Amino acid sequence: MSVIYVLLTISVIIAIVFFVGFIKAVKSGQYDDDYTPSVRMLFEDELVKTKPNKTINKTKV
Amino acid sequence: MKTNACYHCGLNATDAPIIFDNKAFCCNGCKTVYEIFSENDLTCYYDLQQAPGATPKEIQGKYDFLADDAIIEKLTEFNDGKHQIATLTIPHIHCSSCIWILENLNKLNANITASQVNFGKKTVRITYKTEAFSLKEAVLLLSKIGYEPYISLEDFNTGKNKVNRSLIYKLGVAGFAFGNVMFLSFPEYFEVNEFWLEQYKPVFRWLMFTFSLPVVFYAAQDYFVSAYKGLKAKLLNIDIPIALGILVLFLRSTAEIILDLGTGFFDSLTGLVFFLLLGKYFQQRTYNFLSFERDYKSYFPIAVTKILNGIETPIQVYDIKKGDRLLIRNEELIPVDGILINGNANIDYSFVTGESEAVKKSSGDKLFAGGKQTSGSIEMEALNAVEQSYLTQLWSNDVFNKNKEDGFTTLTNTISKRFTIAVLSIAFLATIYWLFVDSSKALNVFTSVLIIACPCAIALSAPFTLGNLLRIFGKLKFYLKNASVIEQLAKIDTIIFDKTGTITSNQKSKTAYQGETLTEDETTILSSTLRHSNHPLSRSLYNLLQQNNIITLNHFEEHLGEGIYGESNNQSVKIGSAKYVGQPQPETELSTAVHISSNNIYKGKFTFYNAYRKGISKLFNKLKKDYDLAILSGDNASELNNLKKLLPSKTKLIFNQKPNDKLEYIKHHQNNGAQVLMVGDGLNDAGALAQSNVGIAISENINVFSPACDAILDASKFNQLYNYIKASKGAIKIIKWSFVFSFFYNAIGLYFAITGQLMPVIAAILMPLSSISIVVFTTIATNILGRKLK
Repeated sequence: MSVIYVLLTISVIIAIVFFVGFIKAVKSGQYDDDYTPSVRMLFEDELVKTKPNKTINKTKV
Repeated sequence: MKTNACYHCGLNATDAPIIFDNKAFCCNGCKTVYEIFSENDLTCYYDLQQAPGATPKEIQGKYDFLADDAIIEKLTEFNDGKHQIATLTIPHIHCSSCIWILENLNKLNANITASQVNFGKKTVRITYKTEAFSLKEAVLLLSKIGYEPYISLEDFNTGKNKVNRSLIYKLGVAGFAFGNVMFLSFPEYFEVNEFWLEQYKPVFRWLMFTFSLPVVFYAAQDYFVSAYKGLKAKLLNIDIPIALGILVLFLRSTAEIILDLGTGFFDSLTGLVFFLLLGKYFQQRTYNFLSFERDYKSYFPIAVTKILNGIETPIQVYDIKKGDRLLIRNEELIPVDGILINGNANIDYSFVTGESEAVKKSSGDKLFAGGKQTSGSIEMEALNAVEQSYLTQLWSNDVFNKNKEDGFTTLTNTISKRFTIAVLSIAFLATIYWLFVDSSKALNVFTSVLIIACPCAIALSAPFTLGNLLRIFGKLKFYLKNASVIEQLAKIDTIIFDKTGTITSNQKSKTAYQGETLTEDETTILSSTLRHSNHPLSRSLYNLLQQNNIITLNHFEEHLGEGIYGESNNQSVKIGSAKYVGQPQPETELSTAVHISSNNIYKGKFTFYNAYRKGISKLFNKLKKDYDLAILSGDNASELNNLKKLLPSKTKLIFNQKPNDKLEYIKHHQNNGAQVLMVGDGLNDAGALAQSNVGIAISENINVFSPACDAILDASKFNQLYNYIKASKGAIKIIKWSFVFSFFYNAIGLYFAITGQLMPVIAAILMPLSSISIVVFTTIATNILGRKLK
């Protein structure tokens, strides 16, 4: 049953990895603005839409 | 798509629209922005939101000061000589189109490497190469596309401030420990005498102890600090029983595992701190883009143009010395008191007085800081340094340094005083009882009472109720500085209103015409003449006449300070003061009037009235039942009769009040025990708003700057004020009900504690259960309250 030490160590290490990840996320400012990213996420499509137009124009030239 | 709305900004483009690309634009500015966007494949801007733009303003020379290295240094947060990063506040940011265009700035200029919008704060963080670009050019580019940044003195010192994220860290630590301790404490709850468990019990226990250390010493430290402060000030605040509970939980649990008596209460301990911090987090989040602490610094420009031997140089506002000659351009703010040297001064003091009408000054007149020049450039000589100006001195009044919350006892703290005394008495009585009956249990009972009575549910009631109502108010355009404003609002018994800009609207003036009726031709030439003038009265009269038939004038003259003259097809019109149209000046003319004469024959006059906000009579009639009402106006008494008709008779009407008079009036009432709500708008109300128990600033456009206050109310919701106050009272009732619930939980817990049967598992169930049920109850109740508001 001493395997429980191994299991506990692993579980604590995993927990700490996630915890450090959280702290890093906060430090990098991810929690400062919780609205803009939700809008920004939807823009990728809009940008793609304009790109094909551009390439068509270029091929015409 | 409506053809008569400008494709870029949505304003009316019916009069002489500019058609470009089959789209109508209201002005060349809007068309130019559209051209820039379409050339750079950025027309997506118009797909995301209809007519999202703003008309770019004339800014020539306005940002010359941004070439100054010392100023750049203060405004940028990073500068290595090759790259600079600057965060600029842009009030116009209001929709997803704005985010999109501002984050694609690199398509407009390749020197901008990155730009990131923070929608909540209305800022954009721009990274650019300094080789071929500068901060000034970035600002000009933004202004050109209608996103003029707002750079004020406030940015000067706070350019590099750090965001305080400690609460999120603490919440993270507590949540992390709570989760892990829960897992570790489970085995012992269910398998009491299992062989393997007995073997490994100490490992589990000491792990839990380790996890709880950062919770007690880091995450919960605010409670200890606050409890200590409370004790020092001889105030029994809610943090005292909380700190006591946390401390006892930790000490007893530690003692239990050292002496091998039991598993301790580590799960309850970490859970308690986690829930408490969650409540704090919920209450703390507020509106980033609104500032409630503004003083003159946020209104004032960073730099101003100084003229020395005929050479114009931008200097920092703080460097202005007495005797400096300054150039104030059109639309610029006068930063210091001074004397007008030359130019047509037409000063708009609305920042200071709330009066929207511009004041004319001639050379030699004194100009006060805070006025905005509205007609061309002027030169002035500074009389003081910035800090000594008349307006800025208002901020040296003590009220601005006083923290309103300090003098206010919240409902939670009122309850906690009695609660703490009651808990301590119960703990001691129970201990004394057990000392006689079974002294071995006495210490156990004493600590159990303190643990179970830890007022987690009480401490959570107010944050969740008020925090949720704060959010509901926000959706209804009533923005509060913090949650305690709701509690104060519920206690109000006197309401004082400012007049101009508060109960009257800034934008729409009403006119009445007295005199001979004008013929159609006369009206046509009248509006055609008015159209040429930039005077605010001409513009509002032009808009009110709503004449679409515009003819070309043969002749137009503007006589500053007197009136305007227009001529077309042998017909002429004179518009202006009584003297100008050849009419004797009426002896007492209290209200603003514009006189008209046609072909030198006097016709009559348009008198301007303040248009009162919609629903004002209704609002006052609702309010009069419960509150003392008064109106304090900086104006003369010209509106007295109108107001008397509109408002309930017991409303006090006081005119000719200077900013300081308003402050003193409120102070006087407060000394008589009144709880005063002040509703105002301009900087002239700033003192009164600060002195009152609750100061609400009315704003036609919440993005525009309002004075320091406790709450900002969108002008369109002004008639809802009564309902908002009523909802605040409802919130207090909800808090009281949740107190009743918490006492019920506490009573159950105390039964176990006093009888000496408190098992860790009971605490582990009871504590989260009480907390969660309080959160659920308050959230549902406030949502019901919020639904009634619409």
